[in-house]
Order: sequence, then C-alpha cells, then structure tokens
Amino acid sequence: MSKLKSIEELQKIRQAAKDNLDLRSTAESEDRIIIRVGMATCGIASGARTTMNAIVDELREQNITNVSVTQTGCMGYCAEEPLVEVVFKDKPSVIYGHVDAQRGREIVNEHIKNGRLLQNAIITKSFEKID
Amino acid sequence: MNNYRMHLLVCGGTGCTSSDSLKLVDELKESIEKHGISNEVEVVITGCFGFCEKGPILKVYPDDVFYVTVKPEDAEEIVEEHVIKGRQVERLLYVEPNLKVKLEGQKDLPFYKKQIRIALRNCGFINPEDINECLAADGYQALAKCLCEMSKEEVIETVIKSGLRGRGGGGFPTGLKWKYTSNNASDVKYIICNADEGDPGAFMDRSILEGDPHSVLEAMAIAGYAIGAEHGYIYIRAEYPLAIHRLEIAITQARELGLLGIDILGTGFNFDVELRYGAGAFVCGEETALIHSIEGARGEPSTKPPFPAQCGVWDKPTCVNNVETLANIPPIFLRGADWFRTIGTEKSPGTKVFALAGKVNNVGLVEVPMGTTLREVIYDIGGGIKNNKEFKAVQTGGPSGGCITKENLDIPIDYESLNSIGSMMGSGGMIVMDEDNCMVNIAKYYLEFTKEESCGKCTPCRVGNKRLLEILDKITQGNGTEQDLADLVELGEIIKDTSLCGLGQTAPNPVLSTLHYFYDEYLAHVREKKCPAAVCESLLSYIILPEKCVGCTACAKVCPVPCILGEVKKTHVIDQSKCIKCGACYNTCKFSAIAKR
Repeated sequence: MSKLKSIEELQKIRQAAKDNLDLRSTAESEDRIIIRVGMATCGIASGARTTMNAIVDELREQNITNVSVTQTGCMGYCAEEPLVEVVFKDKPSVIYGHVDAQRGREIVNEHIKNGRLLQNAIITKSFEKID
Repeated sequence: MNNYRMHLLVCGGTGCTSSDSLKLVDELKESIEKHGISNEVEVVITGCFGFCEKGPILKVYPDDVFYVTVKPEDAEEIVEEHVIKGRQVERLLYVEPNLKVKLEGQKDLPFYKKQIRIALRNCGFINPEDINECLAADGYQALAKCLCEMSKEEVIETVIKSGLRGRGGGGFPTGLKWKYTSNNASDVKYIICNADEGDPGAFMDRSILEGDPHSVLEAMAIAGYAIGAEHGYIYIRAEYPLAIHRLEIAITQARELGLLGIDILGTGFNFDVELRYGAGAFVCGEETALIHSIEGARGEPSTKPPFPAQCGVWDKPTCVNNVETLANIPPIFLRGADWFRTIGTEKSPGTKVFALAGKVNNVGLVEVPMGTTLREVIYDIGGGIKNNKEFKAVQTGGPSGGCITKENLDIPIDYESLNSIGSMMGSGGMIVMDEDNCMVNIAKYYLEFTKEESCGKCTPCRVGNKRLLEILDKITQGNGTEQDLADLVELGEIIKDTSLCGLGQTAPNPVLSTLHYFYDEYLAHVREKKCPAAVCESLLSYIILPEKCVGCTACAKVCPVPCILGEVKKTHVIDQSKCIKCGACYNTCKFSAIAKR
C-alpha cells in the first residue's frame, strides 16, 4: 500500500472500500428494496444460483446500494422456476418466473432502476399472505 | 474484488472468543468452502456487539438476522439452511423472555432499543483488523477535515462547544483540557490515551480498542494537531492481549497508508503513536501515576499542581484522555458539536457506555444517552433481575463509587446526579445486586481490592484502608460492636480528606455509601450477629427443613465432617457443633430441604 498524499487520495480509497461495506449499511437503510430468489432444491436445479449471482453483479455495476438480495425457500410455483420476488416498501410484491441471468439483469435495470415492471415475465402481481 | 452477496459477522471480542467464536469462524469458512460458495459469502470477525450474555453472536447481512449463543457445531446448519436455502435457523434466534417470542433483527431486541451507539458505533459492524472497513465507515474523515479545513483553535473550540466530558470518571471537560495543554508553550508535547482500565467488571475501553482501534488513533491525531503534539502514547494493560494485538495491526496499517507518521495527507502535520504496557496496577489509571509509569518510574501518583497540562511525561505539557472519550471525538467533527449536544443532558451531553454485570438477565456492554434512568438500563435493557429476585442495589463507579438503592432508580444518569446520591459515574462499571447480596460483604470486597491496589505512598490510604478492612472483617465474623460502625464513618471521612490521590480519596466510598443506605443490615451484623442475606459464613447456620426432607441421604454422603445424622427415608438433622459450614449439603440437596439461616 502506498502512502496517501492528499485528502483526495483518502476519498478515493474510502469510496472503493465503501462499496464492499454497502451490503451492511443496506440492511439498516429506510428505503430498502428486497429481492428474493427462490433457492429450494427446485430453484437451484433450474439455475437460481446463476440468476442470483447475475443480479448481485448487475446491482454493483449499476451502483445501486439500497437493494438487498436474499434467498428464500420453495415458493410453490416450481413450474416457473427460477422465481424472483421484488419487494418495494409499502407496495405489493411482484413475482417473476423463468428468470435466467439475462432476465435477472433486466429486473435490476428496468424494475429497480426505472420503476418499469417486466410485464411479460410477471406471474402474479401480488398474492395474499395469511399472517 | 469479490461480489459477496452475504456477510456473516461473528463477534471476535474477548468475551465471545472465550466461548469459541473463532472456532465457529473456522467451521463456517470450512462449510462455505465445502459448498463451493466462498466467492458469494464472506465471514467477518468484528469487535464486541455488547450483548455478551448471549455470546457468541453471529449477525447475517443483508438479511439483518441476529443469532445468539452460536456454537461451532451450529455452523453447518447455518450455512445449509440460512446461507444456501434462505431459511432462518429459528432455534438460534433470540427469545424475548417475557413474551416468549423469537426476534429476528438486532434492532428488535429490547437490549438494543434504548441504546444510542456513538463510541461503540463500529463495534460489531466492521472488521477491526482491516483498515479498509474502517475507512468505509468514515474512519479518518474527521482527521482529514481537521487538518485541511480547521485551525487548531477551531478544533479546540469545537470540542469545548460539544460539551464532551472525560469518560474515565472524572468528568472534566475534554475541550478545556486540550486548551490548557495547547496554551502551555513547549517545543515538545504529548498526548496520552489512558487505556489502563481497572474497575472490576468494566470492559468498555477494551471493547472499543478491540472493535474499533482506528477511532482512538484518529482521535489522538486530532488531539495532537490541536495541542501541538507530534507524539502519542497509549498506556494499556498487558493483560489485554487481544486489544494490544489489534492496536498493533491498526498502527501498522495506518502507518502504511500515511495516516500516522510524517506529513499526514500532505498537510505537513507529523504524528505517531507508541504503545506502553502497564503491569495492571489500579493506581496507574490516575494520570500522574500513569505518567511516572510511562517514564519507567514507579507507578505512584504525585501532587497536583503541577498538572500534566503544564508538566507531564518527560516534564513536557501532556494531555491525558480516556479511550471512550477519544472514541467520541471523530463523530463530533463529522456531525457537529450541536448534534452532539442534542444527545444526553444539558450538563453532560452525549452518551455513556456501561458494563452491566451482576444479577441482571442481560449482562453486557450498553451505550445510552446521559439522562437515561437506572431503571431503564437495568429493567428495559438489562431485562430485569435474574430469577425474578428482588432488586437490592446497584453499584456504580467501581471501587471508588457507591451503592444506589431502589428509591433512586429513577434518577437520570449524569455526573452530577450520581455524585449527589453518594456514588459516581466512574468509568462505567454497573454491578446489580439482589436480595442475596450482603452489603457488608460487598463493601469488604471493594476494600480488599483498594487495599491491595494502594501504592503505599501516603499513610491515610496505606494504613487507613487496611484498618477499615479489619473492622469490616470483624463485623462479618460476628465480633463487631456499634462503636465499630461509628469508627468506620470517622476513619472513612479522614481517609477521604487526607489521601494524596483519587484512589485513597474515594476508597472509603463503598463503605460509607453502604453504611448510609443499609445501616440496618450493618446493625443486624453487630447486634443480632445475623447476616440477613445469609452470606457471611460465621453468622449463618445450615438447617434441614423437616417438612421437605425425604431422607434420601444425599447430604449425609457429601458431608465432609460428617455431621449429618439420619436414616434412609427419615428426616435428617445437622449437628451444629460439628458443622464447618462448607455448604456441600446445600448444593447437593435436590429437594430444597436445606436452608441457610
């Protein structure tokens, strides 16, 4: 590591380090968006892991920091795997089916970034949960 | 850089590492490796989360799930269930004892709800051995701001304006200390970080150094800039090996980046830090004794004036600040003195870290705004008294402090209010006592400590405290008289008035405060020769309750004398003339048939 000669150099190294820590501050942020990837046996078998890694990668590429990607068990709709659920705070959740890496990146760019749903990929716009 | 989607944070403080948290880390890493997801998930060792009662702690990001009492053998299940399948391991979640519900997030826990973490902001959030994580959490930003945008006077003015007071116990305004040291002209000056934490049960300084060492280094550099010092010492106990280890790593990393050393950030300011190890003498927490110890002399205090600000280490102007005080400095510069003043009370702004210990459900490290009441700390955060026993008193300020009773539980905590009820803030030790604690014994315990730790330089402390202890010993043996109680008060007051340093001036406090609040208990010891809490061995006897005894003979078998008589399935009796009061029968009986009276 070379010595920092100025405040600008400090800011530069801090920004680089910050990206790595975003994952932790995201959990605390108020406007957190959650992306859940169905990762039960069925999901994993149909490639959910590749999907999830693509989503994580795209989020970083686009520098989006208020999204936490998490995994969940079987969502029940195994025919449409891999399944991805997008939850905005105070909005009904949206579930996408047949999400491969390509579609995962589209979700990040269209739904998360531009607020446009991928109409052709939605399974149901929402579902009722019994608490 | 790896694209981690998940961070597993494991507490690497002294508390959790002694319950195998590092082994847990190894197991987690191994399991993650085995499942081929090591490029997705990172395991991070952090500083203390504070919730030591339930350690080891594991926190999962970004899911914000908080696991407690995690054992190494749980690693496989956490990886398979949570990391891979996204199912929480329910049995490892914290269970709210009153409502019996499982809580998921750290913020949901009652233990954390009333806390505001300023000094502990990065403990349990960053990896203390990686300067990059510290930089990402705004480390060294305050230093950069001070060096590039502020004059020395402005830096000192900001600290004065914030109202920050010494967290080591004295409560002296930190900004004024800086100002006095700055005003004394000298070619060389020093800044010292006092990490000689000695109060029994207090461990906030250790936790800060273990969890966020850079915040202390950064604050020392800021102080150095303000007072005109280029050299800093951290005086730390050799018995804090983990804190020393992490400090050494932090100092090396900061030097590599040029955040310590010559020409910091190209501003022409030079500052470096050196560690000095203390051998663990309590008196070396006193600043003049500490300075003598750094110089290689005996750790004995000297009279003030001259104050260290005039004539300190190597006879140069020196500023001594406590670890927790320093940890508060960077946030004050990043968020402003006005922000700091919005927290806490008018005269004591900010927060205080307390080491909650004793008969309370959630022991651990808590940081609360000044002005929080003791009731909130003990009942809301601490979860109340263990086993639903009756609260008796809380001891604050360690061996220099005093006891606070139920009547004063609603007093807001700050420097003045604690002094007004005969105790003190001290460094933040808080020991909770229940009905089973004998107050005479507690006073004796603290006095044993101060008697041991007295450096012997001045007579009132060296001889006086020994005499105090002898009287207490006599009382607990059942040989005390009412005159002894009067002597305790008189002698105690004299020691307070005539001792040289803070140690002697405060050593009688535990005795005087327990005498004040629990005079009846002392009286019971001397008049009736009884210990109401059934602690003092000479004053109690073990008896067998006939209605509960089933005649299992278990007590008779363990009695070493033997003095327990009785046949199988018939009530047993203890021969009091032979009983040595070892308590073996009491601990063995499964039917609670043996009582201490």
